[in-house]
Amino acid sequence: MTSFSCPAPLPARETVLLGHGSGGALTAELMRDIFLPAFTSPVLARLEDQATLEISGLRLAFTTDTFVVKPVFFPGGDIGSLAVYGTINDLAVGGAQPLFLSVAFLLEEGFPLADLRRITQSMADAADGAGVSIVTGDTKVVEKGSGDGIYINTTGIGTVPAGLHLSAANARQGDAVILSGPIGDHGIAILTQREGLQLESPVESDSAALHTLTDAILGVTTEVRVMRDPTRGGVASALNEIAAQSHVGIVIEEQAIVVHDAVRGACELFGLDPLYVANEGKLVAIVPGAAAFGVVKAMRAHPLAREAAVIGQVTGGEPGLVTMRTAFGTTRIVDLLPGDQLPRIC
Amino acid sequence: MKYLDEYRDARIARSLAARIRSRVTRPWVLMEICGGQTHTIMRYGLEELLPPQVELVHGPGCPVCVTPLEIIDRAIEIASHPGVIFVSYGDMLRVPGSRSDLFRVKAAGGDVRVAYSPMDAVKIARDNPARPVVFFGIGFETTAPANAMAVWQAEREGLANFSMLVSQVLVPPAIRLLLGSPTNRVQGFIAPGHVCSVMGFREYEELSRDFQVPIVVGGFEPVDLLEAVAMLVEQLEQGRASTENQYVRSVTRDGNQPAQKLIETVFEVAGRQWRGIGEIPASGYKLRGKYAAFDAERVFHTSGIRVEEPPECISALVLQGLKKPVDCPAFGAACTPERPLGASMVSSEGACAAYYSYRRHTASGVPV
Repeated sequence: MTSFSCPAPLPARETVLLGHGSGGALTAELMRDIFLPAFTSPVLARLEDQATLEISGLRLAFTTDTFVVKPVFFPGGDIGSLAVYGTINDLAVGGAQPLFLSVAFLLEEGFPLADLRRITQSMADAADGAGVSIVTGDTKVVEKGSGDGIYINTTGIGTVPAGLHLSAANARQGDAVILSGPIGDHGIAILTQREGLQLESPVESDSAALHTLTDAILGVTTEVRVMRDPTRGGVASALNEIAAQSHVGIVIEEQAIVVHDAVRGACELFGLDPLYVANEGKLVAIVPGAAAFGVVKAMRAHPLAREAAVIGQVTGGEPGLVTMRTAFGTTRIVDLLPGDQLPRIC
Repeated sequence: MKYLDEYRDARIARSLAARIRSRVTRPWVLMEICGGQTHTIMRYGLEELLPPQVELVHGPGCPVCVTPLEIIDRAIEIASHPGVIFVSYGDMLRVPGSRSDLFRVKAAGGDVRVAYSPMDAVKIARDNPARPVVFFGIGFETTAPANAMAVWQAEREGLANFSMLVSQVLVPPAIRLLLGSPTNRVQGFIAPGHVCSVMGFREYEELSRDFQVPIVVGGFEPVDLLEAVAMLVEQLEQGRASTENQYVRSVTRDGNQPAQKLIETVFEVAGRQWRGIGEIPASGYKLRGKYAAFDAERVFHTSGIRVEEPPECISALVLQGLKKPVDCPAFGAACTPERPLGASMVSSEGACAAYYSYRRHTASGVPV
């Protein structure tokens, strides 16, 4: 191997690629190389789903998210309710009680007003159902061809109880990894709708507000280390972020992770791994091992987490590495993907 | 799920592993041809279940991996033409050419789209009659019928704006080349089940006869692969060398004859370059003369684009089973799925990427 050489690597990327928005390694690269050095905020540098701020003795959680889903209407939801739930969830996983949302619409000239009314009503219903108020907003319209129908940004604030410190950096050896239910429903609902794939039993998005579920968990123990809603990049990416930020290993059990048959079937067809497929109403919670039983019991009593289960443990293995014990008793790595999952050829 | 769960059953897998252990008396080197099989072996950690005497090496059956650099450069050149809609299977988009990749062409304003079937590209051509639509028709015998169907349909409809960049390769000539090499170590092959579901396995019976080598047509689930290994070990231990079929739920001896007929109608056998291996005579398809108008190389005059493959790249040795990905000094350091140096790191079916994604912890001895 002395005369080894390889083709020169491609030069550093000079333009934004779609994969930069995947939530995978390329997104992390943008954060590391561009955003964090420019903004130099210790709060931002924690890389949580929300910023927790102390203002005049009040602890506030603050977060923002932009929704660019296509199609805008899909089985189990639409871009409007998704935009409300997504931001509520980013607050809830920080242990916050969500209170107020802003909404900003970026509309493309020509977008049907009937669709906008339907989406707006869906947002209003979602906010009412979740007990939050939409209190401020903004509307911009771009020329036809400069947007893709409708983009929605929501920003939210909520209050965080004193003494609660959830963080992706808090996982410790011996903690239990809990997942609230079957994975991949949202991503597959969107994909099958987009590709016009007819499944025997259609998959509906799991899009839902998780703050009553996180409340139920925090009612069992305030020693919860970290909660995450595994959206883009799926459960695998959420666990990789936690393992990296907490400098711990995580081992999960393949057999403990539930995937609906229709989702599995669609993943087989498209060559996707459900561990990386997006969810919009699932929760990953890492809690001290001793609290796991009580937390799972409380979760199962909640309608959004009937199939909650311990799916793994935090270990003293290689920091940042997530591995899976397969049904065969073998072990494999569950990696962070570089970009979006790419469908395989055969 | 029917046809899946029973082939991922841990109890059956363990009993097959026990069967292999009970039969094996000395070392054997086996090669799984197909990248999909490599992917399953890595994902399920099947090597951990095998006795130490059985060594699996990973063959050249990843279509993304063996597509030559110059074909990728031609694809990039075509996709960069103003007005062109370039349609491809998803995992070709990240494959680096010598200066760029299709994702960058897309980011720079090129109209590059991902499709699950070449027929989607035909539909795009129908819907956009004023724009040239090019499908990147790569793959083994598995993708050949669908690619042939797209060209056949385009010809029938007179879609003059449709063309295909063809890079179709064939498995048996590659196995023949490996077996004829003086450095060959492989003593038995798991033949690619999906290729054989199209082509049948008569060609493999010839290989077994010509080289006295056992071949088992294998499926893609863990139980399939363990059963195929067991069947190969039994043949080797008994001194037999024939072609057997493990993947009976999909493959017959004669294969899918309407599909073969369609391939025969649209394509003819031709020599092809294989990345990492070089030119193999009669190892691929090109469009027949009747369909020459649908040949993207002709439409866009790209055959002048020539790129020399770096001769020292280890992917050549990996694809022939002479080296493991972890033997490469760049593996996991300079070369990762995020920044692949060579194509076998790009596709999840590539041996390097499969090793990296699922098994680098065992390679580096990290405790888990």
